[in-house]
Amino acid sequence: MVYLDDRYDRIPSGCSVFGIMNVNRVRFDWRPAVAGIASMHERSNGLGGGFAVYGLYPEYKETMCLHIMYDDRASREETEDYLKDMFRIIHEEKLPVRRTASIFNGPEIKRYFVEPIQDVLVSSEEEYFRCLTMEINRSINGAFVLSCGKDMGIFKGVGYPEDIAEYFRLDEYKGYMWTAHGRFPTNTPGWWGGAHPFGILDVSVVHNGELSSYGANRKFLRGYGYKCVLQTDTEVIAYLYDLLVRKHRLPEEIAMKVMSPPLWDEIERMDEQEKGLYTSLRVTYARAALNGPFSVIIATTKGMAVLCDRLKLRPMVTAKDGEYFIASSEESAIAASGFSIANCYMPRGGEPVFVPLNEKYAEESVAV
Amino acid sequence: MKKFVMPEFMVDIDYTRCNRCGACVRECSFGGLAMNGDTVVGIDENCVNCLRCRYICAKDAVKTIPYPSSFKSNYYWRKEDISDIEKQASTGSALLTGMGNPKDYEIFWDKILINASQVTNPPIDPLREPMELTTYLGSKPDRIELDENGQLLTRLPPQLKLKLPIMFAGMSFGAISYNAFKSLAIASKKLGIYFNTGEGGIPPDLYDYGKNAIVQVASGRFGVNPDYLNAGAAVEIKIGQGAKPGIGGHLPGAKVGKRVSETRMIPEGTDAISPAPHHDIYSIEDLKQLIYLVKEVTCYTKPVIVKIAAVNNAAAIASGIVRAGADIIAVDGFRGGTGAAPKRIRDNVGIPIEFALSAIDQRLKEEGLRDRVSIVASGGIRNAGDVIKALALGADAVYIGTAALIAMGCKMCMMCTTGKCAWGIATQKDELAKRLKPEKAAEQLINMINGWEIEIKDILGGMGMNMIEALRGNRHTLRGLGFNMREHKVLGIKAAGEL
Repeated sequence: MVYLDDRYDRIPSGCSVFGIMNVNRVRFDWRPAVAGIASMHERSNGLGGGFAVYGLYPEYKETMCLHIMYDDRASREETEDYLKDMFRIIHEEKLPVRRTASIFNGPEIKRYFVEPIQDVLVSSEEEYFRCLTMEINRSINGAFVLSCGKDMGIFKGVGYPEDIAEYFRLDEYKGYMWTAHGRFPTNTPGWWGGAHPFGILDVSVVHNGELSSYGANRKFLRGYGYKCVLQTDTEVIAYLYDLLVRKHRLPEEIAMKVMSPPLWDEIERMDEQEKGLYTSLRVTYARAALNGPFSVIIATTKGMAVLCDRLKLRPMVTAKDGEYFIASSEESAIAASGFSIANCYMPRGGEPVFVPLNEKYAEESVAV
Repeated sequence: MKKFVMPEFMVDIDYTRCNRCGACVRECSFGGLAMNGDTVVGIDENCVNCLRCRYICAKDAVKTIPYPSSFKSNYYWRKEDISDIEKQASTGSALLTGMGNPKDYEIFWDKILINASQVTNPPIDPLREPMELTTYLGSKPDRIELDENGQLLTRLPPQLKLKLPIMFAGMSFGAISYNAFKSLAIASKKLGIYFNTGEGGIPPDLYDYGKNAIVQVASGRFGVNPDYLNAGAAVEIKIGQGAKPGIGGHLPGAKVGKRVSETRMIPEGTDAISPAPHHDIYSIEDLKQLIYLVKEVTCYTKPVIVKIAAVNNAAAIASGIVRAGADIIAVDGFRGGTGAAPKRIRDNVGIPIEFALSAIDQRLKEEGLRDRVSIVASGGIRNAGDVIKALALGADAVYIGTAALIAMGCKMCMMCTTGKCAWGIATQKDELAKRLKPEKAAEQLINMINGWEIEIKDILGGMGMNMIEALRGNRHTLRGLGFNMREHKVLGIKAAGEL
């Protein structure tokens, strides 16, 4: 196992991304997501793959679930002591895995369903869990929180995404939304935590690209209590989204406009009201703007957001097929996932696409 | 024995080329040339190497060269040291000088290198793609609030909008000529940036340029009145200056002619003395009162800048200045220029802007104050490379003074104190000032800024950025060459070769 190494601030990587959701929250199995991401095998190099699944734990829908990865027993014991101080653990277990031909030496990963002990709550429940996640990642050597959210979870590791799916036995789960990632890092410490998706609370991000603005974004986030320690520029996207949407209560599209702002020339041509809005946003959130090539799929329990850099230096295509919304690096992957490419749309550079999930949760799971 | 002062330069006239037109003699404002009958002769001890004669001579007949005769070579007691003592032994006074610190301290800009994109991140070609340098200076709110209909609830505090993150530093009418002052005003207006009036007020007929002016309030309070404060786009309270931290200013009465006297609101011919401190600011809480006095007078419509010199505890002072209500902090490094300063102060006091800027940016970030204020760095910004580095070290914009003067025609002879500037810049003598044509000088300023703009866009694009916001405080884009560990820590940058 290779540990997080202080020498690296971040590791640039190229990638494939894929996301699919049923807008009515009908749960479906792994096949479309795995078929989609596997068809883009050439875009990754076996050094990272992962999935975020929403609607994952209907039996624990209102309970916070943590997926935590451990390098060794010491880090697990330290983390569990910490958790026991802060939470009532409703249920805990090792994440079931299946040894595959290419992945057989993964770290220990456990999941915990926890409730905070009421009197330790100092702010909102979300803020409490966010701080906890960051605290574990930062201060407990060898422990890493893969995900911390309700009715969702992240599975990821070093390998091709289709092998990772096999390893984590994703065929045994269902979800109403799946995002997937195949990674092509140009420099790797071979660390499981470095794979995508990256998550904070119920926000998960799969990202193809590199942020030239990383240093500025990281500094901006630090001012709001987010510490970036994971050697990847992707985490800043997750944190920015969490800050802007959850804490600053900006609508999703506006939050995305903060991250990929309109050109000043475009703002100049807007009507007075819009001009005022976008000028204020761009001036206030100057350091939250993302620059450099990227295309991302951001998933939350509210829906799926798709965003590209303003010059669209990385690919992204979306499709609608009945109740399903799909986003992918390549159109062929949508076809490979078994859906129609008749209603494809290529979001323009900087154009925010947000597709909300319906509020109602469909109890019946329906196979695709 | 004849009184002899060791000259710095020798005026060398090539009589095979000289046609004895006498132009060099007429143009030399320092008395470095004279006619002896119909022969031009150099008067070496008066020559300051302003090069006016060299540029004016149609026959290429005149040269200025370092004076060949000197004191016996001594690594420790150099010519300048000996000459300074000779001057003081004969006059008994402090030595005065002009322009920025010329000493051979290390130049830290030149030990910092900039990153570029390769493969994983495509460089952006400024010829094909939009490159955005628009900059807003001022205090930023913590967040934007919208109502249920998506309408803006948050009101942005007053901002300065710049087409690119460069402004002209404070140079007062008095230190520089009316024509030089006007050149800066014209150029700023055309460039969509700002010039700083320095502490000498605005000549009444230049109030039209107020929209592009930052009006300064310094310890002498020259020319300060409500109309003046409201004429500018922002108000700068000048606490200190990089060239002379800890002391005030002195404009000799000889330079206070009619126009300067009217603008500064002082009698003609009197010395204009700015005290070392503001006598209503003996501590930070007093500064707060002045900041809010200015805000009251300007009805909270203009950002207030507080300018300090780069000194050891600049970071702590900056933190106090933000808490006192300033919208922008300007910090001026020890290479910053001046119209006049005591030589020992200029050459020995203050710290480099690179370090002060980094320390301030990091301190404000740690205290969660960084977005409440913009930082303007100044003091020796020489080119677009320095601008990029300053921005990456945390500046929101830079002030340039010396570079602007050079664009207008200054040849860096550093004789500003004498008021004899042969190029019409640092002088109040009408016959000299008229040598500078405001329209022409403004054009040269605009050309220089346009050139820098192209270079900034090239470098930015090379880093895979097309908006200047991505560069601000982005130390990941910089690497250091030959810094020691402590310097690395202060600058917050890694060594070349580190990932």
